[in-house]
Amino acid sequence: MELLEFARGPVLTFAITVFIAGITYRVFSLFLMWRTKDSSAGRKRSRSAFASAVREVIRRLWPQAVYQQRTMFELVNGYVFHIGLAIIVFLLAPHIVFIKDLVGLSWPALPNNVVYAVSIITMVSLIAALVMRIANPPQRLISTFDDWFSWIVTFLPVLTGVIATSHLGARYETLLALHILSVALLLIWIPFGKLMHFFLVFVTRSQTGAHLSHRGAQL
Amino acid sequence: MNATTNTVSDAQAAANKFLALNSGNLAAYLEACIHCGQCATACHFYEVTNDPKYTPAYKLFPMAKAHRKTKWPWNWFGGPTVTEADLEEWEELLFDSCTMCGRCTQVCPMGIDIASIVAASRQAFSAAGRGPSDLFEAAENVLTKGSPLGVTPAVFDGRVEWLEDDYEVDLPLDKDKAEVLLTISSIEMMKYPKSIVAMARLMNQAGVDWTFSTKGYESTNFGFLAGKPHIARHAIEKLVSAAEEIGAKTLIIPECGHAYGVLRWSGANILGRPLPFEVLHITEYLAKLKKEGKIKFKTIDGSLTYHDPCQISRRGGATDAARYLLEDCTDFREMTPTGNFNWCCGGGGGVQAMSRAADLRHKVFQIKMKQVEDTGADMMISACANCRLTMDDSKEHWNWDRELESLVELLAENLVEDHPHPFDAKPHLATNV
Repeated sequence: MELLEFARGPVLTFAITVFIAGITYRVFSLFLMWRTKDSSAGRKRSRSAFASAVREVIRRLWPQAVYQQRTMFELVNGYVFHIGLAIIVFLLAPHIVFIKDLVGLSWPALPNNVVYAVSIITMVSLIAALVMRIANPPQRLISTFDDWFSWIVTFLPVLTGVIATSHLGARYETLLALHILSVALLLIWIPFGKLMHFFLVFVTRSQTGAHLSHRGAQL
Repeated sequence: MNATTNTVSDAQAAANKFLALNSGNLAAYLEACIHCGQCATACHFYEVTNDPKYTPAYKLFPMAKAHRKTKWPWNWFGGPTVTEADLEEWEELLFDSCTMCGRCTQVCPMGIDIASIVAASRQAFSAAGRGPSDLFEAAENVLTKGSPLGVTPAVFDGRVEWLEDDYEVDLPLDKDKAEVLLTISSIEMMKYPKSIVAMARLMNQAGVDWTFSTKGYESTNFGFLAGKPHIARHAIEKLVSAAEEIGAKTLIIPECGHAYGVLRWSGANILGRPLPFEVLHITEYLAKLKKEGKIKFKTIDGSLTYHDPCQISRRGGATDAARYLLEDCTDFREMTPTGNFNWCCGGGGGVQAMSRAADLRHKVFQIKMKQVEDTGADMMISACANCRLTMDDSKEHWNWDRELESLVELLAENLVEDHPHPFDAKPHLATNV
């Protein structure tokens, strides 16, 4: 079997299976744990717990003015690579074809050269995030294997994608196979580490929003 | 303070407690941290030391370890183990250098409430016999003496009588029935008794049907701060039974931040049933009386600024009450940042009671000094005796020349009374007895 066929076939199937099963497990295992119940009398407020939760998920998209200056780099850089990754994954023509084959849905693509430029920007942004993790003492101290490995598995698909598109160094089929293998690695890793924050961010922001608005604290 | 037995090590005792407390709420926080480190910028301990060990997210590590040890998929790889070395390293981080002020929660892009994890972690460390001995001693005093500072019912009774005589104020004690149960912080009783007199004057002027009770007077909760839930519960039960006995509809927490936070927001949860009365901080209650026209104040002269106690403003939701009460001040100046974003005094969360944390606290107070100096105000007002004690200590340490006052004392001095109080002419009468 060609490497490309191997990557596209069994490897990708396995990765998607681990991805879906792993995420399902993480979500259910968390929600099946016992949860604390707040019996304190809430402050009179207009919002329900649900509305407070939703509001907090949205409000934390942007930091409070007091903290903006000190966290501006993380804020801007974070948005750059998150939006960059979303554009690459969902708006590159070959990816849309892949998604259509998988789930039957499709939408218009951005021109390839635009996504190529976005990929370069995303890589620069991810490298900047890595440099920050190494250079900023608090971040370096709290960094674990999960942080370094998650960075690698996020960066690799972008890098291999750019190399494949540029036809650099090897046959296109080989480069594409490497790209697909790197995506498989990412999919397999997501349920095991911090990349689960794509889901957990909704849980934690909601919890804190409901918890503190119950007190009337204006967060 | 060694909780070990022959079969359970300290580290195992801590890990067991972590797991007993590990609800889905806390587990979500533990799993969600992306280690971005932004919380460091919000923490006063990091701000004044630049030492990365004070990064709030780092304080999640021991509990996160205990969680991962038992949960798939991490336990597949063996899972990390809480060790004696962890207890050694994190004791200072969870006790001496966290005031549970909640600023890190505000800056966290994931919205992780680190203070909740620290509160649970203190319980785990306490179960392993780890924590500052003076904080633990203060907590034990609650069981043996009814108060962290040794204010027994007899001492309380005696001091109430003394205050009544010396300050010529009516301090009702142990009335059979009353609408309102007023509580105290023993810090006030021992260090700032004028605050107690001030509260009484304000309540009396408004014609409130209130009383103190020798059965439940201490509102501070050192059991909570020390991570000793049985002591926390004991303190809450005393207040609740005293309030129930007199049929109080309202229990008032005096100028104490954590006392408010614990009873108002955790009381029912620790007790396991809703509280049968309303809990209000003294600033909230006075704001209510002022709104109802039951108390009025003269114009307050002089430039003032207000220090927000974290558990009353940021964590408590009562930020506006103090500002409403200070409306009559001709030159009120807000700090930067202020309100819900104000910096902590450095002594909350029981840190004030830890003597070994004094140097760190003093460093933190430099932030407050700068904040106040930037406003140009001559006087800083606060509504927490613990903040006040912390700030008075640090003020002395740095020989700082600005004035610190209690909000209730300032209000009592400027109260429009039917019968002017004899002590208004000498407001700075001896406070230490």
